[in-house]
This record gives sequence, C-alpha cells and structure tokens, in this order.
Amino acid sequence: MLEYISIIITAIFVNNIVFAQFLGICPFIGVSRKLSSAIGMGAAVTFVMLLATTITWLLQDLVLTPFGLGFMQTIVFILVIAALVQMLEIILKKIAPALYSALGVFLPLITTNCAVLGVAIEVTRKGYNLGESVVYALAIAVGFTMAIAIFAGIREQLQLANVPKAMKGVPIALICAGLLALAFMGFSGIKIG
Amino acid sequence: MKSSLVNMVLSLGIITVVAAGLLSWIYTITEAPIEQAKLDKQIEAVRAVTPEFDNDPVADAVEITPAGEDKALKVFPARKNGELVGAAVESYSAAGFSGDIKLIYGFDLNGTITGYAVMEHAETPGLGAKMDKWFTPEGKGNVIGLNPTESALTVSKDGGQVDAITAATITSRAFLDALNRASTAFSQLKADESN
Amino acid sequence: MNSKLKIFFNGIIAENPTFVLMLGMCPTLGTTGSAINGMSMGLATMGVLICSNVVISMIKKFVPAKVRIPAYIVVIATFVSMLQLVMQAYVPSLYATLGIFIPLIVVNCIVLGRAESFASRNGVFDSLLDGIGIGLGFTLALTVLGAFRELLGTGAIFGAQLYPEAYGSLVFVLAPGAFIALGLLIALFTKLRTK
Repeated sequence: MLEYISIIITAIFVNNIVFAQFLGICPFIGVSRKLSSAIGMGAAVTFVMLLATTITWLLQDLVLTPFGLGFMQTIVFILVIAALVQMLEIILKKIAPALYSALGVFLPLITTNCAVLGVAIEVTRKGYNLGESVVYALAIAVGFTMAIAIFAGIREQLQLANVPKAMKGVPIALICAGLLALAFMGFSGIKIG
Repeated sequence: MKSSLVNMVLSLGIITVVAAGLLSWIYTITEAPIEQAKLDKQIEAVRAVTPEFDNDPVADAVEITPAGEDKALKVFPARKNGELVGAAVESYSAAGFSGDIKLIYGFDLNGTITGYAVMEHAETPGLGAKMDKWFTPEGKGNVIGLNPTESALTVSKDGGQVDAITAATITSRAFLDALNRASTAFSQLKADESN
Repeated sequence: MNSKLKIFFNGIIAENPTFVLMLGMCPTLGTTGSAINGMSMGLATMGVLICSNVVISMIKKFVPAKVRIPAYIVVIATFVSMLQLVMQAYVPSLYATLGIFIPLIVVNCIVLGRAESFASRNGVFDSLLDGIGIGLGFTLALTVLGAFRELLGTGAIFGAQLYPEAYGSLVFVLAPGAFIALGLLIALFTKLRTK
C-alpha cells in the first residue's frame, strides 16, 4: 500500500509531468487560456492516459517482450494510442454525446500529446507491474490536470495585466510557468516509505 | 487519391510491412554493437576502479546478496596469477534525491576503496550530480584510500568522516549507503573465497 | 533558385519552429540543460524530419486521404525507431542523456506538422529543403537556449568556462530556468523580428 502512496505523491508533486519532466507542454501552453477548457483537456488526457497505459503495458508484457520485439516499442505504442483516440472519438459520439461535446475537441490533440506516449514508455522503463502502472498513469494525469488548471487560473488574471509588447502571450506565460516550477521544486526530495 | 476500403487497407498494409521489414533489418545490424556498448561501459568502469588484474572480471562475475538484504549485487573479482587482488562491486542506493543511483566501487584485498564510477543517476545537475568528482582526491570529500570494512562510512553531519557535497547531503548519504553495501558484499566475497 | 532559398530560410527565421511557431516545446525545455545536449537533440530531430519529409513527399500520391495521418505516423515512427537503435549502438551515453525525448520525437508536433502542411503538398526536393531548413531552425534554437542556460547556470558554453562556476545561478540549469529562459528568448526574438 505504501508503495502506491509513494508513487502517487511522487508523480503528482515531486516529479510533476509538466514542471519537472517537461512532457505535455504543448497542450499546457496551448489550451490554458480559459480555466474551463483547461479542465476539459485535463479530463480527456486522464481518460486516454489510463486506457493507453493499460493497453500498452499488456502489449509489452504479452507480445513485445516474449517475442524479443522490444525494438518495435515506439512504433507499436504510437499506433495503439492513435487508434485508441480515434475509437474513443467514435464511441463517445455514439453512446455519450454529452461527454463527447465536452471532451471531443480535445481528443484529436491528444495523439500528439507526448505525455501519453511518455508515460506508456516510462512505466516499461521503470519496470512497474500492471497495478503500479495504472496508479502511476492516473497520478501523472491528476498532476497534469492540476498543473494546467492552476496555470489557466493565472493566465486568466494575466490578460488584465499590462505587459510589455514583446512579452505578451506565450513569453510571459512561460515565465509564469517557470515561477510555478520553482514553487514545485519545493516538493523535490520528498520521500514516503 | 480517393479513399476506398481496398486502397486504404492496401496502402497502410504495404507501408507497415515495409516499415517492419526495414526496422528488423536495422535491428539485426545494430544488435551486436548495442550489446557490445553495454559491456564496454561495464568493463571500462571495472578497469578504472580496481587494482591491476589479468583475468576477465566480467566473465568471472558472481552475484552476492549482502546479509540482511534481498537484492543481489554483481561482484567482479580481480585476480592476478589466479590470486584475488580486489574486486569491483556494482551497487545501488534507493535513497537518492530523485530516485535510485547505481555505481561501481573498487576495493583492494584489505577492503580499502580504490576507486568508483557513477553508472546511473537522476540527481540534480550542479548539486547531487557532482558526485562523480566530489569523492575523488580532486574533490572535497575524498573516500579513496578509506576503509569501510570495520565501520561504515557516514557524512560529517552524521558524525562521520566524509564531507558531504555542498547542498546535497541526501545524495552524499545515498552515495555512502551504496558504498557500504558494496563493502559488505566484498567482505562476503573474501569470506567465500577463503573457504 | 530564389524560391528554393526562400523555402530553406523560411524555417530558420520566418517560421522558426521554436521561436515563432512554438511547436515541439517538450524537448526544447527538457534537453537544453547544456548547449551540447540541445544541439544533439536538434540534430536528432532534424535527421528524422528530413527523412520523413522526403519519404512522405514520395509516397503522397499512393496514400488515400482518409488514412494519411496514420500512414505518416508509421513512417515517422519507423525513422525514430531506427534512430533509437543506431544511437544505442554507437553513442550510448548520448542516448542515455537525452533519454525518453528520443522516442518522443514521434509525437513532436514539428515533424508531423511539416509532413501534413508541407511534404504532403510539395515535391521531393522542396520537402528535403524544408526539412533541412526547419531542422536547422530547430537545432539553432535549441543550441542557443542550451548555451544561454548553461552560461547563466554554470558560467560555461559548450563546457568552456567563461566565468567561475560559483557565480552561476543554478536555477537556469534546473526546471524553472528552462521556462524562464525560453520565455525571455521568445520575447527577444519577437522584438527583433517585428522591428
């Protein structure tokens, strides 16, 4: 049990996917102008990341490793994620139109969200078992959602601020992200168990 | 090109088959060099840290589990004319600042440290990552020439004899933790050999 | 000839992938702790980009519109996997330093973005030029960012010490400095470009 708690705390705070691992930066910058869309993106990422990690873990364990096809990992994983996102889009549209209208616009963007592929590869490199992998993926996704939500809150305020012309938009947002990362560094080195 | 089911399946199929074929071909070419590169790194590290030897420590490597622990360490015995002169021990510590650290330590027959090499770590650049130089004679916390056989080494903050890396005490503790573990394994190797 | 030159320089200044298009942010931030790492990452991405641009512009006529994105992804992923194997075999330490960002070239928006917006609409030679131009723009941006961070953080560029390390501000090598340094550089680039 302690191991799982340790994985969760580390993944959310200590090794936050955005602030410490630099993954998922594109949606982090691109979809954080409004708090509501930031949370929608976070939910979509959580959903896809959980499914993708589970499927890719099983593929790695049952197919790639036993047959010595480890070198095909990158190509297989990205195809699985791309197919998964497509299927999700179709299925959601049919059975849960409400959810689709909330998450739909974010889904196509997720295929090229490096956080999803990054986590799928990371769990195989860390040698996690299936349970640990799923918990890790969920915690990383929660960390991502938290980061993007905090950031969107700041950027909404930023629109009212008087910023030098060249710094408007992404530059000032990046500097704010840097200050947030500085705050998150306070968590580094924390250990449980 | 207009999409129909046949040409969609066909074109994707052809691309995938060609891609898989190409990849397998590259894989067969690079397989041996990749293995070799991994071995080279180990051999290089073993050579750098141990006293002079004339055997093949990597081929003679044994696994030793230090008493009271459940994970085995890889020990590379260094021999000259068949006599044990020292060993390199691949050790680890889970107490690093950001995750596990992996190092190789060298010992002479008395258990005195002859050298070390950092294999894997994720410590902070500019702080904990300084451990590759800090504990050598050029650094400020030299451990080479010390002997951890009788009493485990600790940092000066904990009443020990080794100066920790400035602002990276946790990494320094992890470094010594891995070192003491390696030392225990080496003592066990000596005990096994004399039997 | 002029139009060819335009394609080439387009990627370096007018459509610089980092400072103007702001694509591929993850490796930009994650691998630029030093100038040499930034440059290596840029060159690795450029290699994949050139190969995928050329191949995609060659096969564009045979790929049905509806499956073009999966087809492009397979092509890109194949080149990335080849790069992984070759790097593991011949430059293992660089491969270890750049870590997960090498397989992640697959999802670098620059590579897929150029495939979709340029290579699928232009000839082989133009696509080659576009790949080189955009690749160089990316490499330059990463090298500049890496040098900037290395200089402020450790007082060195490409390992050559310009002022004592102790005066450096370590935060620029660490995560927060990546964001701040990139923000400042983008602002500077925008200022110079719009003048």
